[in-house]
Amino acid sequence: MEVVLAIVVGGLYAAGIYMLLRRSLVKLLIGLAFLSHAANLLIFTAARLNRAAPPVIAPGEQALTAPYADPLPQALILTAIVISFGVTAFALALAYRTYRSVGSDDLDEMKGIEG
Amino acid sequence: MNILILLPIAIPLATGIATLLAYRSRMIQRWLNVIGSTALLAAAIVLLTEVAGQDILVTQVGNWPAPFGIILAVDLFSAIMLLLTGIIALAVSVFSLFTIDAAREQFGYHQLYHFLLMGVSGTFVTGDLFNLYVWFEVLLISSFVLLALGGERAQMEGAIKYVTLNLMASAIFLAALGLLYGIFGTLNMADLGRIIAQGLSPQERGPVTALAMLFMAAFGIKAAMFPLFFWLPDSYHTPPVAVSALFSGLLTKVGVYALVRVFTLIFIHDTGFTHTLLLFLAGLTMITGVLGAVAQYDMRRLLSFHIISQIGYLLMGLGLFSAASLASTIFFTVHVSIAKTALFLVSGALYHRYGTYDLKKLGGAYHHMPGLAVLFLLAALALAGLPPLSGFFAKLGLVRAGLAQGHYLIVAVALGVSLLTLFSMMKIWNEAFWKDRPDHDQRISSLRGEGRNWTTLLISVASLSLLTAIMGLGASPAFELALGAGAQLMNPDLYIQAVWKGAP
Repeated sequence: MEVVLAIVVGGLYAAGIYMLLRRSLVKLLIGLAFLSHAANLLIFTAARLNRAAPPVIAPGEQALTAPYADPLPQALILTAIVISFGVTAFALALAYRTYRSVGSDDLDEMKGIEG
Repeated sequence: MNILILLPIAIPLATGIATLLAYRSRMIQRWLNVIGSTALLAAAIVLLTEVAGQDILVTQVGNWPAPFGIILAVDLFSAIMLLLTGIIALAVSVFSLFTIDAAREQFGYHQLYHFLLMGVSGTFVTGDLFNLYVWFEVLLISSFVLLALGGERAQMEGAIKYVTLNLMASAIFLAALGLLYGIFGTLNMADLGRIIAQGLSPQERGPVTALAMLFMAAFGIKAAMFPLFFWLPDSYHTPPVAVSALFSGLLTKVGVYALVRVFTLIFIHDTGFTHTLLLFLAGLTMITGVLGAVAQYDMRRLLSFHIISQIGYLLMGLGLFSAASLASTIFFTVHVSIAKTALFLVSGALYHRYGTYDLKKLGGAYHHMPGLAVLFLLAALALAGLPPLSGFFAKLGLVRAGLAQGHYLIVAVALGVSLLTLFSMMKIWNEAFWKDRPDHDQRISSLRGEGRNWTTLLISVASLSLLTAIMGLGASPAFELALGAGAQLMNPDLYIQAVWKGAP
């Protein structure tokens, strides 16, 4: 399973960077979204994948007994997903406004216009 | 629970909410902005007096003991940075009293201002790497909107570059966090420092150094370090000058703070490699920044390149990695933020009077406004490092630390770059203040430079410029404080023990 996820993460990074290098603004944003998805999956994979018990202390026990699944990475990923959702929404709005004011979504069209 | 630590986060949050409630009245929002910034400054001063006795204040949020919960910790370095935040926030809020246009105020200038401050304060007080990421995002999203607010074409283009590169930095930071958690199972900075100080096994050393490089890249983008600075000069000159001034004073310094924190507390297992690399990048950052500035004729673009060049000096102190050099870095950070913000505000005052930032079109300002000219000279000469202003002592500390450790090349670079800094400050002086105005029929509106608008502009510029002079004249106590902070940073056990002792 780790191998599959590692390939997926690597593929997402590769696709994300390829998209970042494109000239179109929309593709740039898709690239950024890929990068953040790749980072989320990376956290998920790096923090060990196991099919263990949920991290709930059994009745009558004082502490968790191993093996149990670590809940923290999922909390981290959830936070990161929420943040990237907000940021992506803003970036899309920004791209739309830029398209409206520049009249093109080609990044080369924006070069050297500012003083 | 120590309520005092929460204040630097709670005050901007409360102010932001209060300004939202008062959204009908622009006047109330403006004064709430000033009051909130003053309260932040007051809280920072109280915090600094608390930690000046070498204590490290620690609070466990939600009473979860370290290393399980989120830790907020304030040592001397954090307290100094918070004080700096308060100073810049207050000066810029006074400046923006009458310079922000109605549309921007209606669409949330004052709210974003304080949410940005909340993010900045949060990064300075947190003791947890993931929490640091969250605070980074808080300040980033506020800064994105502040930068794009107004929707002028140049702003949009600047914002696209700024947003893209900062989002990439965040993605790198997040990936590095995940891998670090995978190796050590903790993201508490003190806990990570403790584990790494106990020694790494040979097969851990390689990955940890690689992760250190990922952190360096992520924070390096935010700090505008040498190969990663391109977003800065393309975006900082586009928003209203109050926003530029706030960004120049605080945002890159947050990146430097994170670099200093991570490379003094956590990644100190292989300083021969990591810190030498930092030193190398510091030199290149100084040179490229100052050379970029030489070619510029837009005053704010010129100053933006100088931000980059000064970041090089801050990194030099971190790269040298001794108590004295870190103390110089801290002193330098305070000095450069204040001087740089003052210079941006001067450019704003010139714009307010003449309606342009172009040095070729400016001129004769010394004749019209000798007071402003003196204030500019104070800040500009401080930045170039002339005695007895603050920049002289900051550079003296760095040069002495460099000589003591035998790094002659970086010392030579630092001295050469300050000469070029002096050259480009004199360029602004000659072009904007000294030479005659190029065409006299252009509107020199005597009206524009009058009234309370002008007074508030002058007050904010004067307070910062005089502060650099005071920091120079009273360098001894300020440097003592920085030395205390440097000594704390070089002895991470103090921080680690404080976090552990804080566990109930």
